[in-house]
Amino acid sequence: MSTVTHTPGDQAGPDQAPPPDRTPGRGAAVGGSRAGARIFNGFSHLFLAVWAVMVVYPLLWVVMSALKTDSEVIRKPLSLFPEQLQWGNFARAWTEGHIGDFFLNTVLVLTGSVFLTMLLGSMAAYVLARYEFPGNRLIYYMFLSGLTLPIYLAAVPLFKGVYNLGVTLPFLGPNKHLMLILVYVAWSLAFTVFFMHSFFRTLPTAIAEAAMVDGASHSRLFFSVMLPMAKPGLISIGIFNVLGQWNQWYLPTLLMQSVAGEPKNQVISQGLIELSVNQGYRSDWSGLFAGVTMAMLPVLIVYIVFQRQVQSGLTAGVSK
Amino acid sequence: MRHGVARFVTGFLALPVGLYLFYVVWPFLQAAGYSLTDWGGYSDRQQFVGLENYVRLFTDELIRKAFWHNVFFLVTVPLFTIALALFLAFLLNVGGREDKAGIRGVFGSGLYKVIFFFPQVLSLVVIAVMWQQIYRADGQGLINGVLMKIGLVDQDDPITFMYDPEPFLGVPAVLWWLLVIAVWSGAGFYMVLFSAAMQSIPKDIYEAAILDGAGRFHTFFRITLPLLRDTVSVAWVYLGFIALDMFALVYIMTPSQGGPNHASEIFASVINFNAFQKGQFGYACAIAVALAIFTILLAALQLRITRRERIEY
Repeated sequence: MSTVTHTPGDQAGPDQAPPPDRTPGRGAAVGGSRAGARIFNGFSHLFLAVWAVMVVYPLLWVVMSALKTDSEVIRKPLSLFPEQLQWGNFARAWTEGHIGDFFLNTVLVLTGSVFLTMLLGSMAAYVLARYEFPGNRLIYYMFLSGLTLPIYLAAVPLFKGVYNLGVTLPFLGPNKHLMLILVYVAWSLAFTVFFMHSFFRTLPTAIAEAAMVDGASHSRLFFSVMLPMAKPGLISIGIFNVLGQWNQWYLPTLLMQSVAGEPKNQVISQGLIELSVNQGYRSDWSGLFAGVTMAMLPVLIVYIVFQRQVQSGLTAGVSK
Repeated sequence: MRHGVARFVTGFLALPVGLYLFYVVWPFLQAAGYSLTDWGGYSDRQQFVGLENYVRLFTDELIRKAFWHNVFFLVTVPLFTIALALFLAFLLNVGGREDKAGIRGVFGSGLYKVIFFFPQVLSLVVIAVMWQQIYRADGQGLINGVLMKIGLVDQDDPITFMYDPEPFLGVPAVLWWLLVIAVWSGAGFYMVLFSAAMQSIPKDIYEAAILDGAGRFHTFFRITLPLLRDTVSVAWVYLGFIALDMFALVYIMTPSQGGPNHASEIFASVINFNAFQKGQFGYACAIAVALAIFTILLAALQLRITRRERIEY
């Protein structure tokens, strides 16, 4: 984003000078006249409103269908107003559909994994960004290469590795929360390191030097000076990681499988996939809609409350 | 002192690098190794077959199909998403009234931005399961239901969406329907991105243009768009990666994860099919390595193209 003031645009002006000379009349006719502007303004609102409806209507439809009876879902699939609000659907999805368990598992895993991702990611990024040592570039590019490789490539060796480790260390085997935490951390490190690396590079060195003169150790310098200074970057990448790990479905589907017949510790997206298959067989449509509603409402509400931070956090992730 | 630095650096790097090596790098290296064997995935028996798996890639009908489907998404997902996002951002930022202060954004643009961003915070799984219900091939689905009500679609002949392998413009219909979901869910995010970039363009450039008599369309096409070039090309690269990653939608929504009759296979689903359904793990790894090389080449190519464009300008 900072690049918009670069010269290429300025050079564009002189290059393209002739055409504007030819066309000011047309420009004025379309954009300049009052009536034209009003028509265009109306058209803008119309189109924007249509797209807003296309975004909101399906979401609203899912939420409202979650409050219907099954027969109503079949009889009047389109109505947005249930004859009677069936809050029981949510209770049924929460217990019988195990959405409650999915939530608990997801929260347990994410609490650990997001915290560890941020801590380990910024530690590695900091050292790579601000200390010279042999192998620095190698490690940095190793992390960077993880951004381009498709996850499916690693699927079966990853499962085998986890399975074999579980034989000696059962708490790191398949279907264990701690294992999933570590896997999430490892797979989130690539982007986190990449992002925080560029962030630590931009921090001024003067403050760091002052702290060193005052006798701070390297790790104290990091935790009490550099990390607080990197807060804006941490917020951005934190939001990115929370959403990314909340949305993760491939890794849990692969790794949270029951090996010895015990119940699976499913996370929400994994559970939702299974729910969509199962409820299809049982034709418990309202239960499925209730499950989807419960999976999307918390994120939507958090987003609406923190929309400014989420928007700028996520777009910063792209434009870095 | 030097010793202290070495200890500090190792201490900080040990855990992240260790985790990364074990859970990311090592599996990738193993996969590359398996791609040279005929390993089935379950037995302990495996034989070194050299490049046989890679030779087989080029004659595999399914791979050829998946390749073209990937190319389809690679072109269409960024194209349609960026076009729509730019159009929405344009309307938001220049659709408003014109006064002495220049051209304004439309009234309520903040609210529109909040709403358009919704799909971005929903997980792909939620989106897929939701669209499964929207795309239902009977009157219970949202689209079929609406179209039947207004009489555009016959009760007994609904749109079959995910079950429709019939080609439209040479591409199976099911892929077009998946594309709609990808554009629906991506447009809002890139609209916000472009909007932010548009607002960071200095106001005096616009003022100068308006003084010269440029209307809002001219300002947009001659000033805003060229200045957005960098943001757009970054968006293009990101959307390219997303397009390679349509697997969630294919996996959850299409019949037998790539159907009907392999009409919606992409690289990832072919890997999945070979590894877990046909039990040809070595071969699946070879496909995956090919995909990784394809991805890296593509990323390099995109970087090159965007760089060259910048020089031309």
